[in-house]
Amino acid sequence: MDRFPDAVLLTRGLTKVYRSGEQTVNALRGIDFRARRGEFVVILGPSGSGKSTFLNIIGGLDTATAGEVWFEDHQLTALSERALTRYRRDHVGFVFQFYNLVPSLTARENVQLVTEIARRPMPVDEALDLVGLADRADHFPAQLSGGEQQRVAIARAIAKTPELLLCDEPTGALDSATGIRVLEALTRVNRTVGATTLVITHNAAIRDIADRVIRFADGRIVEETVNAVKKAPSEVAW
Amino acid sequence: MVISPLRRKVLRDLRRLWAQVLAIALVLAAGVATLILGNGAYASLHETRARYYEENRFADVFADLVRAPLALMGEIEAIEGVLAAEARIVKLGLLDLDTMTEPGSVLFVSLPGGNGAGLNRLYLRQGRLPDPQSAQEIVVSEGFAAAHRLGPGSRLPVLMNGKRRELLITGVALSPEFIYALAPGQMMPDPRRFGIVWAPRASLEAAFDLAGAFSNVVLKLAPGTDADRVIEALDRLTARYGGIGATARADQVSHAFLDAELKQLSAMVKVLPPIFLLVAAMLVNMTLSRLIVLEREQIGLLKAIGYPSRAVAQHYVEFVLMIAGVGILIGFAAGAWLGAGLAQMYARFFSFPYLVFARDPQLYGLAAVITLTAALGGALYAVRSVVTLPPAVAMAPPAPVAYRQRMGWLRGVLALRQTGVMVARHLLRWPFRTLSSMLGVAMAVAILVASLWSFGSINHMIDITFFRSERHDAQIVFGSPEPIGAVHAARALPGVMVAEPFRSVSARISHRNMSKKLGIIGRPAEPQLSRVLAPDLRPMAMPEAGILLSEALASALQVRTGDRVTVEVLEGARPTVTLPVSGISLGYVGLGAAMEIGALNRLMGEGAMVSGVSLQLDRSLDTEFYGAAKAAPKTDLVSVTTLMLARFRDTLAENITVMVTVYVVLAGIIAVGVVYNFSRIALSEQGRELASLRVLGFTNREVSGVLFGELGIVVLLAQPLGWIIGYGIAVAMVAAFSSDLYRVPLVVGREVFATASLIVCLAALVSAIAIRGRINNLDMIEVLKTRE
Repeated sequence: MDRFPDAVLLTRGLTKVYRSGEQTVNALRGIDFRARRGEFVVILGPSGSGKSTFLNIIGGLDTATAGEVWFEDHQLTALSERALTRYRRDHVGFVFQFYNLVPSLTARENVQLVTEIARRPMPVDEALDLVGLADRADHFPAQLSGGEQQRVAIARAIAKTPELLLCDEPTGALDSATGIRVLEALTRVNRTVGATTLVITHNAAIRDIADRVIRFADGRIVEETVNAVKKAPSEVAW
Repeated sequence: MVISPLRRKVLRDLRRLWAQVLAIALVLAAGVATLILGNGAYASLHETRARYYEENRFADVFADLVRAPLALMGEIEAIEGVLAAEARIVKLGLLDLDTMTEPGSVLFVSLPGGNGAGLNRLYLRQGRLPDPQSAQEIVVSEGFAAAHRLGPGSRLPVLMNGKRRELLITGVALSPEFIYALAPGQMMPDPRRFGIVWAPRASLEAAFDLAGAFSNVVLKLAPGTDADRVIEALDRLTARYGGIGATARADQVSHAFLDAELKQLSAMVKVLPPIFLLVAAMLVNMTLSRLIVLEREQIGLLKAIGYPSRAVAQHYVEFVLMIAGVGILIGFAAGAWLGAGLAQMYARFFSFPYLVFARDPQLYGLAAVITLTAALGGALYAVRSVVTLPPAVAMAPPAPVAYRQRMGWLRGVLALRQTGVMVARHLLRWPFRTLSSMLGVAMAVAILVASLWSFGSINHMIDITFFRSERHDAQIVFGSPEPIGAVHAARALPGVMVAEPFRSVSARISHRNMSKKLGIIGRPAEPQLSRVLAPDLRPMAMPEAGILLSEALASALQVRTGDRVTVEVLEGARPTVTLPVSGISLGYVGLGAAMEIGALNRLMGEGAMVSGVSLQLDRSLDTEFYGAAKAAPKTDLVSVTTLMLARFRDTLAENITVMVTVYVVLAGIIAVGVVYNFSRIALSEQGRELASLRVLGFTNREVSGVLFGELGIVVLLAQPLGWIIGYGIAVAMVAAFSSDLYRVPLVVGREVFATASLIVCLAALVSAIAIRGRINNLDMIEVLKTRE
């Protein structure tokens, strides 16, 4: 970890092979990756390039076929199912394309759902405030727009003050204006909470708001760019 | 053959949803099976009995008397409406078998008249009828013969009128009069200790000093004749010959017990199948509604490409019909199998020459139609939504489910976590489904409560009857009333510690226009062995002047303490008096009336007489006592309480296992069916949320907790509802089963409720475990990739 003395996440030779019957799919072919504490990383790549698989494995949702994943001093690739659950619960915040909110809980309750089981929860209203939804806290998901729902999802993800914030196509289901508001929420949270943030996207326009951009293709990292100057979400458009 | 794509889809859906389909089909099958079983058994018993009665000319009126000349028969036959009359000799005798130390009795009945004209004709199973002139030859009842391994050619030593005789069995037979052969004073048939012996009239005339006379008469009436009027006329004729009042067929012991069984069966048919069919209809509704929601887009697509609404609706109807079909087939098989089992059980209790379980195709057809109707009834509402759904709307994603914040106060009280809130809101969001699932589980509990209570009640009945009321070890009944000296003789028998006399007098007790015929029992003022208990279980003292009536009798006559009843004695000088009702007593078996023995004897005006003695025995001298009691010349019947009780308990134990198993299976089918379908639907609706929770770091246990929380609440809230419904059914059953023969006390102990709940909760747990695997295998990654 010489180049990244404060690396919070590290993968070495990370490989994932899916087998179904005769067919084998090499989703990841030996990924070496490190992320700094508080770093904002955008991961680009076409469908099937392995970026979601990568995110799922470092998020503890899936297991690797070979290679190592380290989070701080835990080797994720050696953890049991139960320990992975613990890891997700204590350290990882997730934001997904389709929000995955609990429809029977209000915005506030969706956030509380996580703070109730978190080790270092932040006040629920503070989390909602960070994403600009304090005044919509008592609405059910069905009563919120897509962008609002995604911001609830972000509030839910950060309310546990995670070390890792993993976002898979957070703006994928949103129009540009709404998407930008969601990205603003993400960058604000990244600044405030200091969570290492990985954002998967198809959308190359988002690359400019990152500290670093990784491009996936065919299960490999094919390009890595460090942005000398980060743009604010409001400065990008698609 | 080309199967249309939609039909192929039905088959695939059935295969895909096989577990839910099976769960529903089993509930339907239980409905079909109980329908076939109940109706089939009813029809079998009813029709077999009717045919048996018809073919063997079972009499309509029965009368006992002391001794009447055969010449009286002319007058009896002349009573209007009498088609045939038969004078018989019917007398009790004692068994004197070396192989049996305990006392046993036989009932001697003179053979029905020849040439096929006689009444209550025998159905000969083995051997031949006795030679009418023979003084030795007899035919014995089949159950008795089997219990003692007797057959044609065997010898049977008996005491007739106190004299030892060795009779020769020429045949084994059955009679419509003794389908349920109960010895006097017994509660269960015991073919080992009680048998029927048919002998030629001449030999019984000689043995019982009844030459040219008879002690019993049976009548066959012309159809449409008023039996009460004939009985009245008959009683007038027999009164001077010691007639104790004739009874109609309805009160004939064997017939009445069969009637009680038929009553229970018809009650079962009224209660069980509707419960199963209702629950099944509900499950069909729940499952189909969910399937239609899930296939909303497909429905839209089918309509969009030109399938008419009717065809799409028909597709779902076919799906339900297939489920019903599976249920009906399983139900047919189970019904036929259980029916054969029930017929076997009947064969043990009832002596029929033939008992074929009815396999009436009409009954099967009817069961199928009813079941299909129930299933389609359940499908109706769900299928209607298929018809009314416009294709464009169907193909768009469904509107999100609207939840509301309700019962915020409750949340404060319960301090619910968010997962608890999810549970509560989901249950409240679909109140109909929640309530119907609750009702379904409650029905499972109710079925158990309504069946399990009877064992506690019977134990209560045994406790009251044998341990608190009739506390004697044995009773000796004399052939005719004896002077009080007989009590001293009884006390002198080996092993007798205490002897307590009783007097039994046949009488008709009436109040206003209601009357009942029964034996009034006279007891000492403070009886110790054969006690009468008040409803609060305290022993009652015999009143100096009045009469005590059992609850059943009091309610039949509509009298209360303090009312006066008319007592018309049917023996001796046949006095008629009015007596005050001094108290109401507890009694579960038969109708009861009790008086102080002195008062009863004064009423009879025959001096201090006794009909028998209740005894407390030194049980180490049982054998000696049995021998001596049998040999005592006046003894007509010796009944031993422990033997009676053992027989009662054995019979009960046999049935308990069978009954409990059947009811537990039935309740289990309902509980599993409801809980499994409810959980599968809840999981299907919330699978996405639950997988999301797993992603957020909730453990498998916490996620299962959400679903099982819902289940738990439904199952838990269903318990008290089930207790109430079950108790209600039990109350109705008690009312339906109560007859002059016995009254069943309604004793529903806490253990009944607890057992019922335990069984249902176990069934729910099994279903939950079956679902747990599905929860543990929720695909976290899949759920993230797809829109709801």
